Amino acid sequence: MAAHLKKRVYEEFTKVVQQQHEDLSAKKLRLTKPSKSAALHVDLCKATSPADALQYLLQFARKPVEVESVEGVVRILLEHYYKENDASVRLKIASLLGLLSKTAGFSPDCIVDDAINTLQNEKSHQVLAQLLDTLLVIGTKLTENPSVRMRLVEVACKHLTDSSHGVRNKCLQLIGCLGPVEKGVAKDAESQAAKDVQKIIGDHFNDQDPRVRTAAIKAMLQLHERGLKLQQAIYGQACKLLADDYEQVRSAAVQLIWVLSQLYPESIVPIPSSNEEIRLVDDAFGKICHMVSDGSWVVRVQAAKLLGSMQQVSSHFLEQTLDKKLMSDLRRKRTAHERAKELYSSGEFSSGRKWGDDAPKEEIDTGAVNLIESGACGAFVHGLEDEMYEVRIAAVEALCMLAQSSPSFAEKCLDFLVDMFNDEIEEVRLQSIHTMRKISNNITLREDQLDTVLAVLEDSSRDIREALHELLCCTNVSTKEGIHLALVELLKNLTKYPTDRESIWKCLKFLGSRHPTLVLPLVPELLSTHPFFDTPEPDMDDPAYIAVLVLIFNAAKSCPTMPALFSDHTFRHYAYLRDSLSHLVPPLRLPGRKLVSSPTSPSITPHEDPSQLFLHQSLERVYNLQHLDPQGIQELLEFTIRDLQRLGELQSELAGVADFTATYLQCQLLLIKALQEKLWNVAAPLYLKQNALASAAAKQILEETYKMEFMYSGVESKQVVIIHHMRLQAKALQLIVTARTTRGVEPLFGMCEKFLQEVDSFQRCFISELPQMQGSFVDKLLDLMPRLVSSKPTEVVKILQTTLRQSTFLHLPLPEQLHRATANIIEPTGESDNPLRFTSGLVVALDVDATLEHVQDPQGTVKVQVLYPDGQAQLIHPKPADFRNPGPGRHRLITQVYLSHTAWTEPCQIEVRLLLAYNSNRSKAAAKIAKSTWNESLEALPQPENGIEGTIPFSKAVKVYIMPKPARR
Amino acid sequence: RPFLGFAAGAGQDVGRSCVLVSIAGKNVMLDCGMHMGYNDDRRFPDFSYITQNGRLTDFLDCVIISHFHLDHCGALPYFSEMVGYDGPIYMTHPTKAICPILLEDYRKITVDKKGETNFFTSQMIKDCMKKVVAVHLHQTVQVDEELEIKAYYAGHVLGAAMFQIKVGCESVVYTGDYNMTPDRHLGAAWIDKCRPDLLISESTYATTIRDSKRCRERDFLKKVHETVERGGKVLIPVFALGRAQELCILLETFWERMNLKAPIYFSTGLTEKANHYYKLFITWTNQKIRKTFVQRNMFEFKHIKAFDRAFADNPGPMVVFATPGMLHAGQSLQIFRKWAGNEKNMVIMPGYCVQGTVGHKILSGQRKLEMEGRQILEVKMQVEYMSFSAHADAKGIMQLIRQAEPRNVLLVHGEAKKMEFLKQKIEQEFHVNCYMPANGETTTIFTNPSIPVDISLGLLKRETAIGPLPDAKKPKLMHGTLIMKDNSFRLVSPEQALKELGLAEHQLRFTCRVHIQDPRKEHETVLRVYNHLKGVLKDYSVQHLPDGSITVESILIQATAHSEDQGTKVLLVSWTYQDEELGSYLTSLLKKGLPQSTS
Repeated sequence: MAAHLKKRVYEEFTKVVQQQHEDLSAKKLRLTKPSKSAALHVDLCKATSPADALQYLLQFARKPVEVESVEGVVRILLEHYYKENDASVRLKIASLLGLLSKTAGFSPDCIVDDAINTLQNEKSHQVLAQLLDTLLVIGTKLTENPSVRMRLVEVACKHLTDSSHGVRNKCLQLIGCLGPVEKGVAKDAESQAAKDVQKIIGDHFNDQDPRVRTAAIKAMLQLHERGLKLQQAIYGQACKLLADDYEQVRSAAVQLIWVLSQLYPESIVPIPSSNEEIRLVDDAFGKICHMVSDGSWVVRVQAAKLLGSMQQVSSHFLEQTLDKKLMSDLRRKRTAHERAKELYSSGEFSSGRKWGDDAPKEEIDTGAVNLIESGACGAFVHGLEDEMYEVRIAAVEALCMLAQSSPSFAEKCLDFLVDMFNDEIEEVRLQSIHTMRKISNNITLREDQLDTVLAVLEDSSRDIREALHELLCCTNVSTKEGIHLALVELLKNLTKYPTDRESIWKCLKFLGSRHPTLVLPLVPELLSTHPFFDTPEPDMDDPAYIAVLVLIFNAAKSCPTMPALFSDHTFRHYAYLRDSLSHLVPPLRLPGRKLVSSPTSPSITPHEDPSQLFLHQSLERVYNLQHLDPQGIQELLEFTIRDLQRLGELQSELAGVADFTATYLQCQLLLIKALQEKLWNVAAPLYLKQNALASAAAKQILEETYKMEFMYSGVESKQVVIIHHMRLQAKALQLIVTARTTRGVEPLFGMCEKFLQEVDSFQRCFISELPQMQGSFVDKLLDLMPRLVSSKPTEVVKILQTTLRQSTFLHLPLPEQLHRATANIIEPTGESDNPLRFTSGLVVALDVDATLEHVQDPQGTVKVQVLYPDGQAQLIHPKPADFRNPGPGRHRLITQVYLSHTAWTEPCQIEVRLLLAYNSNRSKAAAKIAKSTWNESLEALPQPENGIEGTIPFSKAVKVYIMPKPARR
Repeated sequence: RPFLGFAAGAGQDVGRSCVLVSIAGKNVMLDCGMHMGYNDDRRFPDFSYITQNGRLTDFLDCVIISHFHLDHCGALPYFSEMVGYDGPIYMTHPTKAICPILLEDYRKITVDKKGETNFFTSQMIKDCMKKVVAVHLHQTVQVDEELEIKAYYAGHVLGAAMFQIKVGCESVVYTGDYNMTPDRHLGAAWIDKCRPDLLISESTYATTIRDSKRCRERDFLKKVHETVERGGKVLIPVFALGRAQELCILLETFWERMNLKAPIYFSTGLTEKANHYYKLFITWTNQKIRKTFVQRNMFEFKHIKAFDRAFADNPGPMVVFATPGMLHAGQSLQIFRKWAGNEKNMVIMPGYCVQGTVGHKILSGQRKLEMEGRQILEVKMQVEYMSFSAHADAKGIMQLIRQAEPRNVLLVHGEAKKMEFLKQKIEQEFHVNCYMPANGETTTIFTNPSIPVDISLGLLKRETAIGPLPDAKKPKLMHGTLIMKDNSFRLVSPEQALKELGLAEHQLRFTCRVHIQDPRKEHETVLRVYNHLKGVLKDYSVQHLPDGSITVESILIQATAHSEDQGTKVLLVSWTYQDEELGSYLTSLLKKGLPQSTS
């Protein structure tokens, strides 16, 4: 036995070696002959066995083929195809044909006939299927050619009777993708054909192979997607498919039913086994609801998702989805929800449940209880209780969509959503909280529901808590007890998780302003005032006290009687809070209290107009007064900049615009200042010291322009052109300064060249905007372009200098909406005196939590920078999953930064800040270039700016105290 | 072919589950449970039903245990060791692991505490477990050449399974106890569309449709939370396995989520061993636990610690799980006595309590309890009832029937009155027969077994090539010869059959004369007939042969003048028996005469 085994081992071993030899020789051949169409031909002819040929083809497939030689290659392959006896080689050839016809720029008209011909004599089912696949590729490339499409569809119809499922599959796919869809336009013959296509596909709904059935339904859906109106007749067929044995068929059938219900919502269909008739959409809804309790979770997810988009369904059907008709021992039982509601409406507080509290009440007529066929009955109850969280999420989403369109349904589904707040999977909890927020304008929370909602405030997940705060911001509470409860729970939350401070204050702000009348009776209790006695003044720095005040002040805004209940210190605290937390405390009209009037007195409630006006006026002034003496201009600019900055601080809604314009004016001011320098009057060359200001100015302008371009959201191309223009001026200034201060001309050649290229690309990018730039620097420069190109560097510099000085100041049009990207690091706070100790060489994780506002695509742009005391800087790219999006324009970055360093002798501070990375390629201008010059070769276009990448710090640096200890031996 | 479903225990009754199925000559025993309510012979199923004389091993092909609850496996050592059975016993891996623990516990209580003799011993339990073959989910186990069994997930408790028993093309599915709604630690029962001939389903909650589980969970958590916040102590009497783990997971995750600090204790003993198995069989739990066990096995409780008797007197809030579940004895009763006097405390009964137990008394509102030694215990603590049951409700049972699509349903493990209602519903909705046998009653179900016949590939291909594509839903007619020989069936082509039987082929021809009134010449008549047939039979090849005859496919038609009446032509139609259909059609067509328009 052993000997025999040994022999077998040897045999096998030698076999392996031989194969390796073969491989090697094949490789050699390929190396000596670079494979093109001719080479392929030679190779294929040379191949002695099918295995060889297959090897050649496989190698050939690894390399791309140029557009020109595709046709030749196809011919060779076809030629070989007819000669080949081995099915696997033919299969490979067929797949290669498909690949080749996909080549961009190649039009497969010429090979259609050949490809169809190959089908004639093919016996192998696999090859046939592959060939049909190839035809599908060809067909999709030639969609504009109806005759080719018709032919292909005919071919496919012919092969539908094939005995192999693969072939039938492909045929149906082909018919689905290429079958004629234009019905109204075409003549009778064609519309007949269109009808036929549906009928042909429909016939295969009953195919014996589940894969073919699936393909048939998918083909039907494909036709629908391509714009063919499916006939209502297939509804019945589709319904039968819902009971199919195979999940993929059922899944596709659910989709088909949904499509039909959207197409013919109002048609009437009979209910089998009775004489009644119902709307098709209702029937379909019932059927899809039924699928929510299917055996396969894939189907369940599919069904639950689709339910959400069936908004035309009648309301009584919709409401059934939440009703499970409980019973116990054949007697009707009320659900816990109903009991809770009753308790509430009877004015009783929730009592502890007794055994038998849920005792069933009335007897049920046994005949009337429908256990399963009732379709819609309890679909969501099942969906929300499903085993797989995917199904639960889909059901919650569907609930959300349906509730948004039907207020009465929203009211009903509330109990279920509240229940979902206790799901075991956090994702589901979060989703249901978000859903509740989205439908919150349709609902009012009962007290017992509020109770359950508030219980979640103790969740240890910050995301959940914050989502809940967001939810509370926009909920309607029905009673004053509700408000009190909410406040108490929020304060509890505050003591448990002090980091939630901001979020809770904000939540109370909205709670207060939404329910002024409910807060009013609570005020004495909340402020703990007493009719006779003075109570001690609360601590002003207590976050909980601030929270209470935020609630009261916001309620007082629309409730003028409330301030009468305040005690003296409350007014003082109001003044303090109005100043320190102005975003949370609204201006109040307080009777006869001079004390309260802060710098921005409450009387200017309608702000927008005057401040907007002010902004425009000050800008007008700057733009109009061109002919002031340089000194005057400078002063005016300085004042305007100061005004704008102050305006930005005061008016948060105008901050973006004000900052933006201020930055622009700052650039202009710098430019003017630089040009006022004495150095221009002195003969070159000059000391290095004197040009310091000018070159620094140029540098700063460059930086500022990048900030303007990338830090603001809502910048339009009108502004981009001005920004680029400013940047061009700065570059010109740089060039002049360099020319003035360096000896020798050589370095200037390169710089001049580069600058001219930039002017050139500027012109390309903004050719449409040029007419609006009369008299500007670039306008003048372009006039002088022919001269500049031919002159020497020194000449160029001189021309530049004069143009720069003569050019006018461009008017910066204000965009509609402009927001400055801001970031605020919440954690680390930078207040800790305890250094973070860790062993040197090992890593410590620092939690970073920051809010970002108005950052587009934060995943790609926001970086964290860590600066060590030794000047070493680290740039950390947070994971995309670390960004959350709590609301439009706002993002939250919660990430961990890993720190490590060699040992220090004593603790030291490192700086953490957020950076906004930019890449001028991404800018709008660059995109424009890319579009306009697509056909030209990109290399020919010099792109000096291409790939300039940089970062703008956009948050305050936070200091963290760390201490890497030497490792203990 | 009859096939028997036979309930030895558990017919129309809860407890003492034992069903005997005899399917296609194979006998299988499903579950072997004990009855909690009896302490005499009635606690075990009456095995003399099975066979009066002869050994059980000879009669039974195998025994299947669905899960580890004692009402499904309690009689197993008695059955195998004391009555005597040596054949295979099948159960899932977790059941095999946990079952002996429970049996040992049961034995201890009966023998050591109650002092019964003539009961099975520890060694018997061990010997019994040696006969057990463990199976995996969805694993097809070949018991012998014909009998195969397969397990499906059933929820209910860890390791609970439904079993499909199959002999040839006949099959039975036995559900055991199952749960169609997932809970905190287990998933929902699932079965594929296996279309068994018989589905034997439990029907504990035949007349109940339950409310969402979430409300109950939320209520439970809220109550525990409130009491703990008030500084009170919570006592939850549980049985060691099953619900206890669910409640543990529930509280553990809640503590984790809400960042609570109050200690949770679990009385030790049995449970520690059981928890160990829960940790081990993570694949049998629900989605959440399965997906997160890589980070942390949920059964490695962070907040739940082992209980020590001394802890009961500790100040401050705490939650204690203690056995047994009905407060009738043991640790839970001790703790209850200590805590009952304080109204801040709470006791939560998570399940049904048998009449006469302390649990039942306090649930029915009794506030003054008489304990042993005539002392009166005043109950001031709050008493709550929270039902966490893991059986399928009526809707769940219907859902399972819909999934499996059985041809017959048999209900066991329930009360007769309730089963009646469900039976009626099942018959009405699914149009299948439904049975509910009483204990010891035998139900016979007739099946339509399909009989496999071997067919040669050549014949199959030839026959399928004719006519439309085969359709799964429509029967297809085939021509061939059925040879029944040596207990096997073969379908072969006629030629093959003739060859095998050594017979010569005979041709059978039908000839028919049709008289037609036509005064014209013979060949003209033939021509007219030809034209007529050609017009009618477009799809067939109709040929006019030079010798004056017509062929339609293989049917020959000749015309001769009538010997007496020249005006009447006699058409001779002749066909072989294979073309019987076309031939008779042709004759009937010709008998109608030729259309006048063609003349």
